[in-house]
Amino acid sequence: MSGIETWSAARASEIIAGQQHLDGATLPILHALQHAFGYVDPQAVHLIADALNLSKAEVFGTISFYHDFRSKPAGRHVLKLCRAEACQAMGAVALHQHCRTRHGIDWHDTTPDGELTLEPVFCLGLCATAPAALLDDKPLARLTTGKIDAQIEGLSR
Amino acid sequence: MTSVLYIPTDAAALAVGADEVAAAFQAEISRRGLDVQIVRTGSRGLFWLEPMIEINQDGGRIAYGPVEPDDVAGLLDAGLMLGGDHRLRLGPPDEIPYLKAQTRLTFARCGLVDPISVADYRAHGGYVGLDRALAMDATAIVDEVKLSGLRGRGGAGFPTGIKWNTVRLAVDNQKYIVCNADEGDSGTFADRMLMEGDPLSLVEGMTIAALAVGATKGFIYIRSEYPHAFAAMNRAILAATEAGYLGPSVAGSGHAFTIEARLGAGAYICGEETSLLESLEGRRGLVRAKPPLPALKGLFGKPTVVNNVMSLATVPWIMANGAQAYADFGMGRSRGTLPIQLAGNIKQGGLIETAFGLTLRQVLDQFGGGTATGRPIRAVQVGGPLGAYFPDRLFDTPMDYEAFAAVKGLIGHGGIVVFDDTVDLAHQARFAFEFCAQESCGKCTPCRIGATRGVETMDKVLSGVERAKNLELIDDLCQLMTEASLCAMGGLTPVPVLSAITHFPDDFNRAPLLAAAE
Ligand SMILES: Cc1cc2nc3c(=O)[nH]c(=O)nc-3n(C[C@H](O)[C@H](O)[C@H](O)COP(=O)(O)O)c2cc1C
Ligand code: SF4
Ligand code: FES
Repeated sequence: MSGIETWSAARASEIIAGQQHLDGATLPILHALQHAFGYVDPQAVHLIADALNLSKAEVFGTISFYHDFRSKPAGRHVLKLCRAEACQAMGAVALHQHCRTRHGIDWHDTTPDGELTLEPVFCLGLCATAPAALLDDKPLARLTTGKIDAQIEGLSR
Repeated sequence: MTSVLYIPTDAAALAVGADEVAAAFQAEISRRGLDVQIVRTGSRGLFWLEPMIEINQDGGRIAYGPVEPDDVAGLLDAGLMLGGDHRLRLGPPDEIPYLKAQTRLTFARCGLVDPISVADYRAHGGYVGLDRALAMDATAIVDEVKLSGLRGRGGAGFPTGIKWNTVRLAVDNQKYIVCNADEGDSGTFADRMLMEGDPLSLVEGMTIAALAVGATKGFIYIRSEYPHAFAAMNRAILAATEAGYLGPSVAGSGHAFTIEARLGAGAYICGEETSLLESLEGRRGLVRAKPPLPALKGLFGKPTVVNNVMSLATVPWIMANGAQAYADFGMGRSRGTLPIQLAGNIKQGGLIETAFGLTLRQVLDQFGGGTATGRPIRAVQVGGPLGAYFPDRLFDTPMDYEAFAAVKGLIGHGGIVVFDDTVDLAHQARFAFEFCAQESCGKCTPCRIGATRGVETMDKVLSGVERAKNLELIDDLCQLMTEASLCAMGGLTPVPVLSAITHFPDDFNRAPLLAAAE
């Protein structure tokens, strides 16, 4: 799981410096920051704007447009559940209801113990083995309530 | 002699335990002191058989599947490495009816080769197309692609050769090849499979495109939901670079070409080509008005080829085997093969590459083998979230761009999602609006506001409030969205909605659940 470092402006500047030579560097920088810290700290906005010679509004606009970028840390594990049609056809709606009830959280929320964040996604390309999910970077398919509970229970605490 | 065991690393195979199977084999091979090497491949796309493993025997492959870690010791006991008999033995993969009935051109190597080995790629016909292209001038390459009849596999079906010619003729000091690997449509996974299983074919296709139009730089924009494809593509780019197939002088030709893979960030609209370009440039993915065409003013304002993964990855086959050989497959104006992706509630889901012209029913019956739940098929959605819902009576429509348009549908990226008789099409129609509302780029009103109105109005229909009036409202709304949206996101959202209403009227007339409970 990414996001092991705690936010530091100095470290963020270093990460930005490592990517800013790229053509259209904004998204690579945002991904690199989120990979390091687990989220994109609002304080990064002016660092990126300065480095790329953009306005803060432009940078903020970009961050807010994309579903991926978080402005605060996620849980230790992120479960992305596919909400798209092939998974719907295989009972995803009921499966998701089960996950939300069991962990007492809604989409985008994190459990109070900071263990799990629930995110919706639209298709993971695992549609022939639906319903599917991505637990951190581990793809899961042909999910049942039992299988998903076991996966979550199996996470190192 | 070392014998080789092939185990897929395709994300869908991993999702059903391929890594656990590989680990079990590794442990058992060490324990028994066997001389066996494990090679990780892509998937053949027979997903109900995954994890499907293969061994090499007398130059041919023998497949076994679906394998679970518990099967490993028994398989080795049964003489797996010599093709021994076992209840999981499937025989030569090419003889499995599902594969045998296909025509694999674009996907010929997928599942067969080591995805990151340039040597293996070459041993299976890779880079023959590039070698030929290097001996031709740019016009001749473009003409070859035109003659093949290849049409864009991203959704719109635009002739690839014609697009390339526009970029070739544009005069500029910098041109780009951009590969659209956003594959946002639900029910599709062909681009993912190809990038994970045969990424070098995409590298080769982009390189040929670069020669044809005079580009020196390429980008592959991969959706962030595909971390495995992104990693596979990066490894392939590195391997091609080390082998001299990318860099300052491609295969010693003096032509420079490099490729960078970039990650999207979870926005469906970034599959639309102008939104994708905005995103690559580092901005919000707002759709650009056309003209200017990206072919003339694309990435950073420069002439740019934007093509889907499969469009580009098919070009090496065309260059190696000739345009006519490709055009000989297909029907009408849909030439060559279409990689169909069969998904959802289906027993035998997977990748089916065949010549255009197979009917929907043939795909569902001959390949799919019925629903996974065992219930009757009631509806199929073809072409992703903006595609139509079809009832049984339209299943005899052939898979052909024009034939689908004639029944108000689209083939799109070739995804087919199957639903059994528990589906409620009124809920699916609501979802189509909801998806559009969530994923709209927000630039134009009919889509941004229309989709939200659509959700609200469908909610009224679902709860039985003034049904006739609200359905009429939806009809008006759909007409407005179709006619006045800037791009196909808003413009095609009415397709799933109206097809659901037209073909499944009963679902829009059910007693609301709440009222029924009272
Ligand atoms: C809302 C929307 C989403 C799209 N998503 C994709 C996609 O995920 N992948 C893709 O290749 N094309 C997608 N397209 C089509 C592209 O705009 C464009 O037509 C395509 O990249 C051209 O390549 P091709 O000619 O090789 O198909 C989408 C179009 C729209 C309107
Ligand atoms: S139709 Fe929707 S997605 Fe397309 S430009 Fe308009 S608002 Fe954006
Ligand atoms: S629709 Fe769920 S993985 Fe594709």
